Amino acid sequence: MLKALFWIALAAALIALPHALSFSQQEILVFLTINVLLVASYRLLTLTGEWSLAHVVIMGVGAYASAFYTKEFGVFVPVSMLLGAVTAALVAMVLSYPLFRMKGFYFLIGSFAAGEIIRLLWKRFRDPFGGPKGLKGIEPMPDFSIGIYDFDFFEPVSYYYFAATVVAVCLWLMWRIERSPVGLTFHAVHWQDKLAQAAGVNVQAYRTLAFVIASGFAGLAGALMAHYIGTINPNSFDVEVMVFVLTWAIVGGTATFYGPILGCVVLTILNEIVLREMGFEQMRPLIYGAILILSILFLPNGLESLVERALKPFRRTPASGTPAGDAPPASPASDTP
Amino acid sequence: MIELLAQTGLNALYAASYISLVAVGLVLIFGVMGVINFAHGELFMVGAYTVVALYADLQMPFLVAITFGLIFVGLLGLVMERSMFRPLRDNPLGGLVASIGFLMILQALASIGFGVRMEHIPPVTQEVIVFSEKVRLPLPRLFVMVAAVVLLGALWYFLRRTRFGWALRASAQDPEAAALQGISINQTARIAMFIGAGLAGVAGALTAPLVSVNPHMGHSVIVTAFIVIIVGGVGSLEGAVLASVVYAFVHTVVTTFWDGVIADIVGLSLMLLVLIVKPTGLFGTAERA
Repeated sequence: MLKALFWIALAAALIALPHALSFSQQEILVFLTINVLLVASYRLLTLTGEWSLAHVVIMGVGAYASAFYTKEFGVFVPVSMLLGAVTAALVAMVLSYPLFRMKGFYFLIGSFAAGEIIRLLWKRFRDPFGGPKGLKGIEPMPDFSIGIYDFDFFEPVSYYYFAATVVAVCLWLMWRIERSPVGLTFHAVHWQDKLAQAAGVNVQAYRTLAFVIASGFAGLAGALMAHYIGTINPNSFDVEVMVFVLTWAIVGGTATFYGPILGCVVLTILNEIVLREMGFEQMRPLIYGAILILSILFLPNGLESLVERALKPFRRTPASGTPAGDAPPASPASDTP
Repeated sequence: MIELLAQTGLNALYAASYISLVAVGLVLIFGVMGVINFAHGELFMVGAYTVVALYADLQMPFLVAITFGLIFVGLLGLVMERSMFRPLRDNPLGGLVASIGFLMILQALASIGFGVRMEHIPPVTQEVIVFSEKVRLPLPRLFVMVAAVVLLGALWYFLRRTRFGWALRASAQDPEAAALQGISINQTARIAMFIGAGLAGVAGALTAPLVSVNPHMGHSVIVTAFIVIIVGGVGSLEGAVLASVVYAFVHTVVTTFWDGVIADIVGLSLMLLVLIVKPTGLFGTAERA
């Protein structure tokens, strides 16, 4: 009952939110919504214990693919977005064969190399990727009406509602995946890979599965981004963006489902609303860097650890809300062997 | 054709010399502290900016600027060691993430202090050694090559022939056993960090008049250094030097006959191939536990 009330209140707040914001803040809200999907999918990837540096490029694969399908074959935009997600998942599957021969640090570097190769291919080949200038004039979402609300995609509010719905469905799917036997196996692969293997779990297959599913969601985030901005280029998906995703995940913490999302929301608000409005534009990377260092030094389990501590007295069973509750703290500390 | 090859070879040797300085520093830091320093490219960038500040702006002698670059960036390395890598010693990925944060800070400071546009640095000398009509070696490039040989030679001597170097290699092999023998882990970490960072700084300082200096120049440097240390075998100093030469030749040849982006793709593919086929690197020995 209390839970249902919480979700209804949250939904109402999210519906009302854009009307309290300025136009440029509404635009930021759209990006934030898409980034929530990106960072949540990144957490799904890290469930099996591997930290990829190719995730943003995979997101780009979804963006490029979806833009390409609408342009070349005239595919209906929402369908094209799904196809973009599928393409990203397929590319991830191909990449997983070489990448999952590595672990830990080697996987990190290998994924970085693989992502960078894809990005350089976009940069090098004008046809079909548009070279350094990328793709322009990407087909926008067609307007439609659902009776009570007219979606006019020139308005960021409309795109926000659309993206938020898609993201909410995706988050629910990821949540279900994590609570399913498959998701529990992901956790097992991370914390007890020798034991899982001994119990007959195909560790490699589960690592690949997590990577592919996460990449599919990342690709969808990319497609949502591409059809909103209308133009993408190789630099939209470079390692700097990856660093932001990493920062969100680490500042938020990755032991719980909401941790990375919390990190993304808090840092985006800090970044866009506070720093930009206060005119610290040039200082932004500096402050971001300092936050990253300070949080890894003094809050290694992320913002979520503060939330968990605050919620503890209200929980009847310890850590009932978190699937990883009984796992050791999932700071990146203990991740690399 | 012979002339083109000779010129390409010279270009490659020049590239190999500064790449190996950066890569050896990265390997040294990883070997002793087990941390991958993502900010290494930015240490190179800071080295280049010390030359901008001291040599181009304040018109000090080039040699003074380079020496200052080495010391200043080395000290920066000590700051990193004390503030980030030491508290995060048991957290290898944490050290890496912290170094990414440090990278962002250095980049931002460079943009704020010097602006984002390219810096112009007056050439140290215009002289060119002419072997033949098409084979030329500008003297500043020769400086870089000579400096690399001297510095790497000094490092080799330090590591193989002095007590400090011996302690450093011991704690790279087995930190615990080294500590039991009375070697101070903090001390060796400081030395490794000072030398590693200083080498990156001096490489940046040496090449500053020859490349475009801007706050984001570290990115391509760190990518190159990663390729080199993976191909050479993580933790192997000799491997890093050899791999620098191999990589520089491959990259220069591909750039000459095709273009730079293809050369980058080839370099990254080479690294991916080594990771898949022989993760210990072409010249590496056993994997570090």
